[in-house]
Amino acid sequence: MPNLYEQLGGDAAVDQAVEIFYRKVLTDDRISRFFDDVDMDTQIAKQKAFLTMAFGGPNHYSGLDMRQGHKHLVERGLTDEHVDAVIELLGESLQELNVPAELIAQVAAIAEGARKDVLNR
Amino acid sequence: MTEIIYHDAVYPLQPDETVLDALLRNGVDVPYACKTGVCQSCMMKAAAGEPPSSSQRGLKPTRRAQGYFLACQCKPDGRLIVGDAGEVIAARLMEKTPLNARVIRLRFEPESRVDWAAGQFVSLIRGDGESRSYSIASAPVRDGFIEMHVQRVEGGAISPWLHEEAEPGERIRLRGPYGDCFYLSGEPERPLLLACTGTGLAPIYGVLRDALALGHSGPIHLLHGGLDESGLYLVDELLDLAGRYSNLSYTRCVLNGASKPGLVVGDIGELLLQTAPSFSGWRVYLCGAPDLVRLMQKKVFLHGATSQDIHADAFIPKQV
Repeated sequence: MPNLYEQLGGDAAVDQAVEIFYRKVLTDDRISRFFDDVDMDTQIAKQKAFLTMAFGGPNHYSGLDMRQGHKHLVERGLTDEHVDAVIELLGESLQELNVPAELIAQVAAIAEGARKDVLNR
Repeated sequence: MTEIIYHDAVYPLQPDETVLDALLRNGVDVPYACKTGVCQSCMMKAAAGEPPSSSQRGLKPTRRAQGYFLACQCKPDGRLIVGDAGEVIAARLMEKTPLNARVIRLRFEPESRVDWAAGQFVSLIRGDGESRSYSIASAPVRDGFIEMHVQRVEGGAISPWLHEEAEPGERIRLRGPYGDCFYLSGEPERPLLLACTGTGLAPIYGVLRDALALGHSGPIHLLHGGLDESGLYLVDELLDLAGRYSNLSYTRCVLNGASKPGLVVGDIGELLLQTAPSFSGWRVYLCGAPDLVRLMQKKVFLHGATSQDIHADAFIPKQV
């Protein structure tokens, strides 16, 4: 039985998804302001790391990385509703790539697992 | 023997070991994070030797062409010299020509052969060691000289000296090349968007001339923006090129002034979106003022270009 990452299509699927996902993030009024002043190439590399993790792929990110990486955003008002928006946009991106609903649910559950660290709670 | 040379020290690799692991095992402090080839924190450049293509996955084609690789994914077959110090050459100022009230064109004759690409940038180092970065507007191999467009920056360390004191015959040093704003041969039919402000035209002019010389067959859209008409330059040369190459269109954009044929009044960040209904499949080069370049980068991406196909060079002023 292939694991989730393999079922989704591995790193090629991450590359495809990040292009769709990041467009949604940049144009979503709820969260786009958090991405105004970041370098796009750096940000896309980070989004790929996040998607690889959410896809159940190989990663070495710790909860501590997630905490440190979002601390300054929490200070700027990052809350649950923004995390909700990110998970929603991730789901929409995967729908556009015709990923089956049960796999999207698994991805959303992994992303959900990072919520406490992202919000530094 | 599989080994890497990093900052002049030799590190033999154990079987199946990555460049990153070998450096870390030897106590070398290098940046890294994910160790899975995703975050690109551990990106390095091969000065000599071929990094395996599996260590270049996910990097932009211009980066791959320059030998960049991800240390955490790199298990080299032989000897790999790692480093990105650039080479230093001596060069002599050949000529100095005003392009508009604030910009001069400098042409340098390199004293040794360089294979630098038009559109990349180099550090110009004066005799006293003071340096600033400038983009290459010529194709050094084909033209035999290195051309720069230098705007006079009030109170600057180098540009007033270049404008007022440096004379033909002056010797300087150049270190480089850096940056991934250069023309990629292959796929000559793909549309190109070249957008720039001010002396951002220097690398763009280099990319454009390379594209034309290498037989680019797809449409090329050049937009040059300035506050007003006096901030533009090379207008006659570019009009002439646009007249000779039917696939080249040239639009001047100014914030202030009156519109006339070939000159549009408006924000270049908005105007460039009118070039095509979508930039899907396009290659895009953006150079000039940093805030505007970042803004254009996002707009072009949201307008359909993939992130891999956008080459941006923001001219960030040196912090002193």
